[in-house]
Amino acid sequence: MYELNTYLFVAAILFSLGVFGVMTRRNGIAVLMGVELILNAANINFVAFSRFGGMNLEGHIFALFVIVLAAAEAAVALAIVINIYNNFNSINVDEASALKE
Amino acid sequence: MDNIFIIYSLLILFLPLAAFVIQIFFGKKLPREGDWVSVGAISITLILAISMFVMMLLEYNPDFRHEASFTWLDMGAFSIDLGFLVDNITVIMLLVVALISTCTHIFSIKYLAGDIRYSRYFAYLGLFTFSMNGIVLANNLISMYMFWELVGVSSYLLIGHWFEKDSAADASKKAFLTNRVGDIGFFIGIMLLYTAVGSFTFTDIFNGVANGMIAGTALTFAGIGLFLGAMGKSSQFPLHIWLPDAMEGPTPVSALMHAATMVAAGVYLSVRIFPILTPDALLVVAYVGGFTALFAATIAVTQNDIKKVLAYSTVSQLGYMILAVGTGVYTAAFFHLLTHAMFKANLFYGSGSVIHSMHHALHEKHDHETDPQDMRNMGGFKDRMPITYWSMLLSTFAISGVPLFSGFLSKDAILAGSLSFAQHHPEHFLLPVFGFGAAAITAFYMFRMMFLTFHGKPEMPELIEDIHESPKEMAGPLVLLGTLSIFIWYTLPYLNPLSSHGWFTHLVVPIDSVVPGNPSAHSIEEGAHHAHGLAMYISIGVATLGIGLSVLMYLKKVLSAETWRNRAGFMYDWSLNKYYFDENYDKYLYQPTLRLAKKIAWIDWELYDKYFINGFGRVTSWASRVTGKFDYNIIDQIMVDGFGRIVDNLGGTLKKVQTGRLQNYLLYVTAGIIILMIIQSF
Repeated sequence: MYELNTYLFVAAILFSLGVFGVMTRRNGIAVLMGVELILNAANINFVAFSRFGGMNLEGHIFALFVIVLAAAEAAVALAIVINIYNNFNSINVDEASALKE
Repeated sequence: MDNIFIIYSLLILFLPLAAFVIQIFFGKKLPREGDWVSVGAISITLILAISMFVMMLLEYNPDFRHEASFTWLDMGAFSIDLGFLVDNITVIMLLVVALISTCTHIFSIKYLAGDIRYSRYFAYLGLFTFSMNGIVLANNLISMYMFWELVGVSSYLLIGHWFEKDSAADASKKAFLTNRVGDIGFFIGIMLLYTAVGSFTFTDIFNGVANGMIAGTALTFAGIGLFLGAMGKSSQFPLHIWLPDAMEGPTPVSALMHAATMVAAGVYLSVRIFPILTPDALLVVAYVGGFTALFAATIAVTQNDIKKVLAYSTVSQLGYMILAVGTGVYTAAFFHLLTHAMFKANLFYGSGSVIHSMHHALHEKHDHETDPQDMRNMGGFKDRMPITYWSMLLSTFAISGVPLFSGFLSKDAILAGSLSFAQHHPEHFLLPVFGFGAAAITAFYMFRMMFLTFHGKPEMPELIEDIHESPKEMAGPLVLLGTLSIFIWYTLPYLNPLSSHGWFTHLVVPIDSVVPGNPSAHSIEEGAHHAHGLAMYISIGVATLGIGLSVLMYLKKVLSAETWRNRAGFMYDWSLNKYYFDENYDKYLYQPTLRLAKKIAWIDWELYDKYFINGFGRVTSWASRVTGKFDYNIIDQIMVDGFGRIVDNLGGTLKKVQTGRLQNYLLYVTAGIIILMIIQSF
């Protein structure tokens, strides 16, 4: 019963939740959490294809790279969020719309 | 370029040019206004010319000939070679130019001392010498033509040296324009030959003519065209009018250009092109020359201005040379060119010396009204100016054709040539008549000039005390050239005063004409040799007649000049007024031309300008107004501005998409991807 489709299904749900989170949350931290969900959905896909698609260990290694990258991304993104807070006195991403000016 | 003659020729050609450049740019800043630069350069030229002449004499070879050329213009199938030709004629001519030019330079130091344009005068002398040497050295017609024009320019500059005087400015213009008339013919002749032969060099042209590449009427016209150029420069009838007026220039210039070298250029050209002249062309040449010789002599008889007498005598002597070319004895023409250059330059220096001292004497008396050139104001100068008198007397003997003097030999050769021509062609009996007639008149008017100037009682006794011999810079050339009027220089190594046989006749040997139908050089020489004895007796006879008449009329006063003048009546008036040539040219040539020009100007202005040019302008202006409207209303307003407005609107609408909210953008991306996926799934 543990077939490739099952994993892909789970990963798709996770991805959709992530995208939904990124698009709808106003809190910057929550947006970042959505991004983490998207990345992990991709990880699941990598590992699943690695297991069922005959890709040996390459998929695992990619997954590890993604985890490391996610950590780095989180560090940079949180720094950005702190800067947004310093500038706008809020971490609400809707209010950081100075770019259109 | 390892040929020493070519190297010397190059130096002789370019040294005067260098002097010209230095003088024109730095002359005023140099000490003594730099006259030493010019005199130095020209003296080196003279030394080089003398050494070339000596080397030529040492070779003593009639076929002496060096040629060097380079490609001046190369355009594939069409190329022009320019170059030097150094043969006996060239070397002798170079020596003449260098000698007379050096004398002129030295003479001018004192004659023009204190002149306002002293350095410029010497610069122009250098330019002239350069151009003249260029003509002499050319081995082709095209570079000869270039230097020919340069000579025209420098003569224009020198005649107009005192351009503040209207008469000098007019004379320089007249000289230049009259020469242009001849030069057009020269150019047509060159082009006729070039189209037929395809080359400008003398050698190629002679070969081409010999091979019949151009013949008959075309060749006659080409020859007459070239001769027209010679007529302009050598002031032959009817283009003679410029030379007497050119006496407006400083007297040393007259000696250099209008007696010895520049006017000799025409004769030199005729001598060079003699082999390609057809019998018809030669006949034209002979009649023009002969007529000019007699015609100018009859004018010289009545002139009172000492320089005008010499000017017309120059025209007359040039006529002799041209006559000699026409009758085939062209080496005699060159011989007369050589001897004439010496004695005529000397006569001009002599007249310059007289005028100089008259001028000073008049200046002492504060007399600015009396004409220092008018012989009627002179007389009795003999004892006051002995050097001038004796050297001028030698040259006068030479020009009158008295035995023992150079002019006798050359004139005799020419007269023998024309006499022999008439013996072979009795219908042309007029040619020797012209020649001998001119010889008699020449002897008469030259001695008239000498007697009026130097003998008799002073016409202005109050002046005579102030008449002095000229300084040594002026006397030196006089003595030198006076000596050169004696026959011995031209007949060495022989000492027979009655025959021109000598180095000259040995070195300058006539060559056969390449035109079929012309007699060979040998037969011409043979004929001239037979006529020689008769010609000699007649020429001594006419010279004695002329001199005798002059002695009776002006020295002994046995015959009254007044009576003879009245007896001559209208002929005297005609001669005194130069046959009214200037007046008639003015009446029948210049004025009609001016009227025609005015008519054409009227057409040009009233019709062409007003209706065509201005009409064109109005049409253009109307058309541009229409296009302007179109441009503003359609292009600017609708197209250019329209585009602007569209872009502006579009931007205004589209900028609303840019909310600045990150999540909106993400939404667009996601929606876009979904739309793409939906499209792809079909």
